[in-house]
Amino acid sequence: MTALLNGLFDGISIGSVLLLAALGLAIVFGLMGVINMAHGELMMMGAYTTFVVQNIFKPLGAPWFGLYIIVALVAAFFVTAIMGLILERGVIRYLYGRPLETLLATWGVSLILQQFVRSVSWMLVIGLSLFCVLFFGTMTLLARRRNFQRIRNWVLVILLPLSTGIAWNVATWVGGIYKLPVTQPWFGAQNVDVTAPGWLRGGLKLGASQVPYTRLFILGLTIVCILGVYTFLHRSAWGLRIRAVTQNREMSACLGIPTQTVDALTFAIGSGLAGIAGCAVSFLGSVGPNTGQNYIVDTFMVVVVGGVGKLVGSIVAALAIGIANYIIGTNALGPFVASVPFLADFFAFFANASMAKVMVFALIISFLQFKPAGMFPQKGRTVDA
Amino acid sequence: MSAKILEIEDLTVSFDGFKALNQLNFSMEPGELRVIIGPNGAGKTTFLDVITGKVQPTIGSARFKGKNLKALSEHQICRLGIGRKFQTPRIFLKLTPRENLSLSGNRYKGVFSTLLNKRPTGEQQTISGLLETVGLTPKADIPAELLSHGEKQRLEIGMLVAQSPDLLLVDEPVAGLTDEETENVGNLLLTLAESHSIIVIEHDMEFVRQIARQQVTVLHQGSVLCEGKMNDVQNDPRVIEVYLGEAPSMDE
Amino acid sequence: MLRAIKGQIQKRPRLFEGIGVVAIALLILFAAPAILTAMGQEFRVNMLGRFLALAIVALGIDLIWGYTGILSLGHGLFFTLGGYALAMHLKLQLPEGELPEFFTLYGVKELPWFWKPFHSFPFSLAATIFVPMLIAALLGYLVFRNRIRGVYFSILTQAALIVFFNFFNSQQKLINGTNGLKTDTAKIFDVYVGSDDVQRILYILSVVFLILAYCLSRWLTSGRLGRLLIAIRDDESRVRFSGYDPTGFKVLVFAVSAGLAGIAGALYAAQSGGISPKTMDIAFSIEMVIWVAVGGRASLVGAILGAILVNFSKSILSEQFPQVWLFFLGGLFLTVVTVLPDGFVGWLRTQGVDQVRSLLGRRRLLTYPSLAEDPEVEYERQNLRN
Repeated sequence: MTALLNGLFDGISIGSVLLLAALGLAIVFGLMGVINMAHGELMMMGAYTTFVVQNIFKPLGAPWFGLYIIVALVAAFFVTAIMGLILERGVIRYLYGRPLETLLATWGVSLILQQFVRSVSWMLVIGLSLFCVLFFGTMTLLARRRNFQRIRNWVLVILLPLSTGIAWNVATWVGGIYKLPVTQPWFGAQNVDVTAPGWLRGGLKLGASQVPYTRLFILGLTIVCILGVYTFLHRSAWGLRIRAVTQNREMSACLGIPTQTVDALTFAIGSGLAGIAGCAVSFLGSVGPNTGQNYIVDTFMVVVVGGVGKLVGSIVAALAIGIANYIIGTNALGPFVASVPFLADFFAFFANASMAKVMVFALIISFLQFKPAGMFPQKGRTVDA
Repeated sequence: MSAKILEIEDLTVSFDGFKALNQLNFSMEPGELRVIIGPNGAGKTTFLDVITGKVQPTIGSARFKGKNLKALSEHQICRLGIGRKFQTPRIFLKLTPRENLSLSGNRYKGVFSTLLNKRPTGEQQTISGLLETVGLTPKADIPAELLSHGEKQRLEIGMLVAQSPDLLLVDEPVAGLTDEETENVGNLLLTLAESHSIIVIEHDMEFVRQIARQQVTVLHQGSVLCEGKMNDVQNDPRVIEVYLGEAPSMDE
Repeated sequence: MLRAIKGQIQKRPRLFEGIGVVAIALLILFAAPAILTAMGQEFRVNMLGRFLALAIVALGIDLIWGYTGILSLGHGLFFTLGGYALAMHLKLQLPEGELPEFFTLYGVKELPWFWKPFHSFPFSLAATIFVPMLIAALLGYLVFRNRIRGVYFSILTQAALIVFFNFFNSQQKLINGTNGLKTDTAKIFDVYVGSDDVQRILYILSVVFLILAYCLSRWLTSGRLGRLLIAIRDDESRVRFSGYDPTGFKVLVFAVSAGLAGIAGALYAAQSGGISPKTMDIAFSIEMVIWVAVGGRASLVGAILGAILVNFSKSILSEQFPQVWLFFLGGLFLTVVTVLPDGFVGWLRTQGVDQVRSLLGRRRLLTYPSLAEDPEVEYERQNLRN
């Protein structure tokens, strides 16, 4: 029985990571109907932000180093929120109402982010900023001209290669002068490690087993995030606006709610939560450019099973998937069915991490036979479908 | 076996406790043209949703030609002979009117019969005739997204007829049409009424007066408020109170 | 403009299309290898063969995404299953009583039961098509039946992909896990699969199957079924109210598309020296969609072109600048979706000619609401003449 209880707790702890990762996704999908394939990469950026903050704090020594987590959480939130904001303003807002296209576009973004982390160096940063200044600067200047609409195509055709060329050449020139210090990638393709501060090492003794403090920390962080999101959505003025836009976009716009700002805000918050999740997962293992990919499918499953109606759907779904994964993966049910050889073999076959996922997927598909719209579907007379 | 084409008993539909329809009773003879009116939120569209299988009743039943419609899905109900026109025209925008009609008029709607069956020789004529009836012959072969709103409305009615159903459900067919187009649609419906049973849901009282030769039903808060000839209904004090208002222009 | 071109395309006799297809096929069959060899790029012939196989998948993706509006992110699964089905047969071309070498590595003494039917060549060929089709049909039925669609379906196919990826990776004793099955050192009809002769035949087979796949897709999308697929894409619930059950149609087209992916997987595996779970990578399956998006959704020629173009640029770019490829691919996703939603062919069809002209400063004169093309005017003219 204790084994099962332990399994339950471990499952909850896995589920809480999943939930933290899925929370931002669920908000963005539930409120805006946008599937953000780059969510995992935003998490990865959050994890890398944590890594950077940790490196800044390292020279400061013992008392300060312990506190870097707080700074890292805040930094991760804002870095990813700003990236989310850019993503929404730059790409997604042109694709509302076309969910499949949004999915593809955000996948493109995720590829770019992965490669960016691998090859980002001072040289790349210099080139990129130069390009942005040249291209967008000239565009803004030219946009003031009265005949801008007419010459727009020409400007694009000339400006794009021109600014790319200048930026590229300047960057390689700088690289040629200063050599390694600027050309060396910041992180490279290798994984990096984040060390938890002293007070998060070790664990809490619970009977025979030990619960690592990091897990407890993540559990706490998840609870705080959920409460925060709930309070924000239900108690604040902007939360009210977000919910209003979710229910009826046109009507909200007519009432003077700035729907575009609301979209941007919602997306930024969803992305910021991804950053926090990234910060959390950086304590669970090393962080690499592909870290985001490991979480993306599981978090999507949370959204599918939970339904888009309510936040509580995501919570229940994440915990259920986490627990199911753990129980099947560790064969916690094995001892109970040992007397039936067929069942015992059956459970033993699925008793490892990757086979557990096979089983959980089968369970999800069967669950959807009864509840196609998830645990908490939206009700009422819907306009479509 | 009842002779009624449509019988609805004690129908209740509730969404999270809100009763969109409340113990509604309704029945209709074959060949009737029935107009249903009622204020917004009276449950008119939900009423159609239940008949066509889009919404399942919480309590009660709907019977079409004596057959219970509960647990049948939309396409099965459609194949029984109930056709529906939506509030805003729902046609296939990327297809031409001719293709729209040919899809609706297809008699065998299974997967493989759609793929393999040859088109019956008469189909081409039937469709051309229909295009003529709804006045879309000149635009038969351009994508339907290029049609005007009124043409889309007529095309959808045409699609409905192509299915050759026994019962037509028509939801606000003249919303957003000009007076002339409204009258056209009215005449079209009256012609159709000679060979079909029709339920029309409408707000436009002028139009209702044009087509309501028989019974009119007034819905209010999910149940039937009253039923009768147009003149009786118009003068019913309850109807005036909840729906028509005291406007003097209502007197003819 | 649009209408005029469309009319021309529709009215163009089938005969011309047939001649066109045959001509292009002959070109790919004979001219392309000769030219590539003359340029000293002989290895690109094999590459082209593989890309032709990938074009078959693109056709399948176009069927479900371009025409029916179903976005599958899991076609790598069907592709891989097809590849494995053929590779398993090739692996079994051994003297009586011997097992493929990797089994002995893991200490497996007896052939697992599901390998046994793959001794038979006809069975293996059928399996490359029907195993993916069956799995797709089952998954499709379970999902479509419950009216799960749009992004939900996409996510579920992606999850299915990942599940199979995990399964194949973790089962070393059954199918050699991560390493996959090598085919180039296996023999078929007593010749090495990796030999030039077999590869040449495989190249021809790729062309032949691509043509067959094109004809199948053309047949499916041209008749009433094709129009119904478009109707499902544009307004699925309206299709229901017209008396059709979309589930069956969607299952059919999803299964056909999976079958095409299976064939493609087999051809690809045989031409690239083996198959491994790597082709079930999430990224590969989404890339398939971008091939179609680049070429043009709902255009079969576009799908084929897109697959070949994107893959050639991939191989060239990643040879020259390996760092740039992902940036390029990501940028491609963004541009195609935002700027060219109908892909290259779609752009050509609608506004390509006009835009090129306006960029050159030569605007086409537009008569007030295109009077000459107004169908009503046209109709009246014809009737007056009668």
